[in-house]
Amino acid sequence: MSQLLTRVDRRAHIAILLLIAIAVLVPVLALATPPRSLFHLPPYLVALFGKYLCFALLAVALDLVWGYCGILSLGHGAFFALGGYCMGMYLMRQIGTRGVYADPILPDFMVFLNMKALPVTWWGFNHFPYALLMIVLVPGVLAFAFGWFAFRSRVTGVYLSIITQAMTYALLLAFFRNDMGFGGNNGLTDFKDILGFNVQSDATRAALFAITAIVLAATLLIAQLIVTSKFGKVLIAIRDAESRTRFIGYRVENYKLAVFTLSAVLAGIAGALYVPQVGIINPSEFAPTNSIEAVIWVAIGGRGTLVGGALGAVLVNWGKTYFTGALPEYWLFALGLLFILVTLFLPQGIVGLVSRRRTIPEAPRGGDVEEGKVDSADVPAAAR
Amino acid sequence: MDQATLTRSLLYLDGINVTFDGYKALRGLSLTLEPGEMRAIIGPNGAGKTTMMDVITGKTRPDEGDVYFGGSQDLTQLDEATIAELGIGRKFQKPTVFESHTVEDNILLALKAPRKAIATLFGRAAADQQSRIDRILETVRLSDHRDRFAADLSHGQKQWLEIGMLLAQDPKLLLVDEPVAGMTDSETAQTALLLKAIAEDHSVIVVEHDMDFVRELGVKVTVLHEGSVLAEGPLEAVSADPRVVEVYLGR
Ligand SMILES: Nc1ncnc2c1ncn2[C@@H]1O[C@H](COP(=O)(O)OP(=O)(O)OP(=O)(O)O)[C@@H](O)[C@H]1O
Ligand SMILES: [Mg+2]
Repeated sequence: MSQLLTRVDRRAHIAILLLIAIAVLVPVLALATPPRSLFHLPPYLVALFGKYLCFALLAVALDLVWGYCGILSLGHGAFFALGGYCMGMYLMRQIGTRGVYADPILPDFMVFLNMKALPVTWWGFNHFPYALLMIVLVPGVLAFAFGWFAFRSRVTGVYLSIITQAMTYALLLAFFRNDMGFGGNNGLTDFKDILGFNVQSDATRAALFAITAIVLAATLLIAQLIVTSKFGKVLIAIRDAESRTRFIGYRVENYKLAVFTLSAVLAGIAGALYVPQVGIINPSEFAPTNSIEAVIWVAIGGRGTLVGGALGAVLVNWGKTYFTGALPEYWLFALGLLFILVTLFLPQGIVGLVSRRRTIPEAPRGGDVEEGKVDSADVPAAAR
Repeated sequence: MDQATLTRSLLYLDGINVTFDGYKALRGLSLTLEPGEMRAIIGPNGAGKTTMMDVITGKTRPDEGDVYFGGSQDLTQLDEATIAELGIGRKFQKPTVFESHTVEDNILLALKAPRKAIATLFGRAAADQQSRIDRILETVRLSDHRDRFAADLSHGQKQWLEIGMLLAQDPKLLLVDEPVAGMTDSETAQTALLLKAIAEDHSVIVVEHDMDFVRELGVKVTVLHEGSVLAEGPLEAVSADPRVVEVYLGR
């Protein structure tokens, strides 16, 4: 046990302790202080930062595949959204007769669309444990199936990035359709309660915040143990020189499949925590730009550092909240500019500023490129 | 196929053809390596030396021809990881080490041990792991550099690290592509000693342009030219062969 803990670096230690501290403090400050007190946290801030922590979890998931294994997924938003939809379906079925049409089984939008019976896809979602299972299984199985074909056919680099992007785009189109039975472009909303607690109440909000913080802390801990294990060293080896790793006998496709699936599950959990805190899930969560933004959070925070991704997600989204309030039309330009500046001047991201130990060599390396021949498309320039 | 030669051989290549976009990189290449043998391969640029290693290690599938390991394993049917696990290790022409790992971790990753994801994630390290790593680092003279990142090593040190990784795999057959390219004379001499020591208990194929180095090895030489074997024998005999002189000087 103590031997395991030595593998958690200082950065992760600090982050984990900090998360545990806010998991305790935030609910106290939000609920147990009088509203006029200096220490009182308004509920909207709790919800806002709860949302940021979900993004942080998504960023850590993404960093695990991109930062450590060189798989630049531009489709992680899809796994996030799928986890979110699973949670949304549970929440929809909790509404029961309190909907506009007061149908005990069918959610409002189904009554509106003249659906007579609950689609099979919705069966079981009234049970929380079943929903939890699906939150893990749906993104996990999709990632496994996707990775099975992609990694076995040795699709890498830009090509892989493009098909992940295509995947999330295809899901975006599918979820827009009313006949898919997931609420079409309105998505799922008007949630009432979760496990019997009112989702809108301050106490539930605070609890969801605390749970998200704890889940993020646990994820950081587990991810840190994974990347420092021999398995993690193999992932880094794949990132550095994929074909070399094959030639010393590792089945690269299995390693990629394992980490990609795990990462998708984490992204799904992030989405599931996100939905009750924002109160809605709709197809726009599948938008390709969402996945790209997640990559930018990781790049800004520091790729291949875990904590960096989480930090980047919180800071960028905080900035986004204020920026979109003041100058909404310029946000994407600002984000793009920030990304370029960080890539040029801070290749190790924000975390790289404070940490001396290098995680990714700076100079572009030959790595896989034996004589500049076949594998030169292996790793896109942006992924290095 | 010559059955007697095949069963006696460690590596048996027969009639290999490889074509890249219409260009014939290997044309009817045949070569046999006995167990325990060290062989030097020379040949002008583009002769097909690296392509031959690609074929043996499963990176390139030949259009035609047989590749057998240990007299019975058909390598043309296997992928890189399986071939590596059978006991064929490879050093690339351009040194490829894991740059963001330390020297020690590079050896650790190559060390003969279970390769499955489950094993590397949950498995325990073998008890003798550290002593094996130490021994290899000593052999390739990198003990003092064990905690440095591979990216920070000099070119020659990277070449040695890669040889160390080969040793760590403990393969039956080592394929070594241009191990002394870019090395200083003294590094070259040390590498020759190192390879000779390795050849005492491994079979080795060394591709090299450096004739002094090949002479130093003092083993049977195969000359490749335009994708097939031009001559074979002791270096003196081969370098006296007029056809060999022709391809080297005629360019
Ligand atoms: N993947 C590939 N695609 C296209 N052509 C290739 C490929 N690999 C090798 N070739 C070509 O095949 C020929 C043989 O190349 P190979 O690398 O085997 O030569 P070599 O003997 O190792 O030469 P050198 O001494 O320069 O390393 C060359 O003309 C090369 O350009
Ligand atoms: Mg070559």
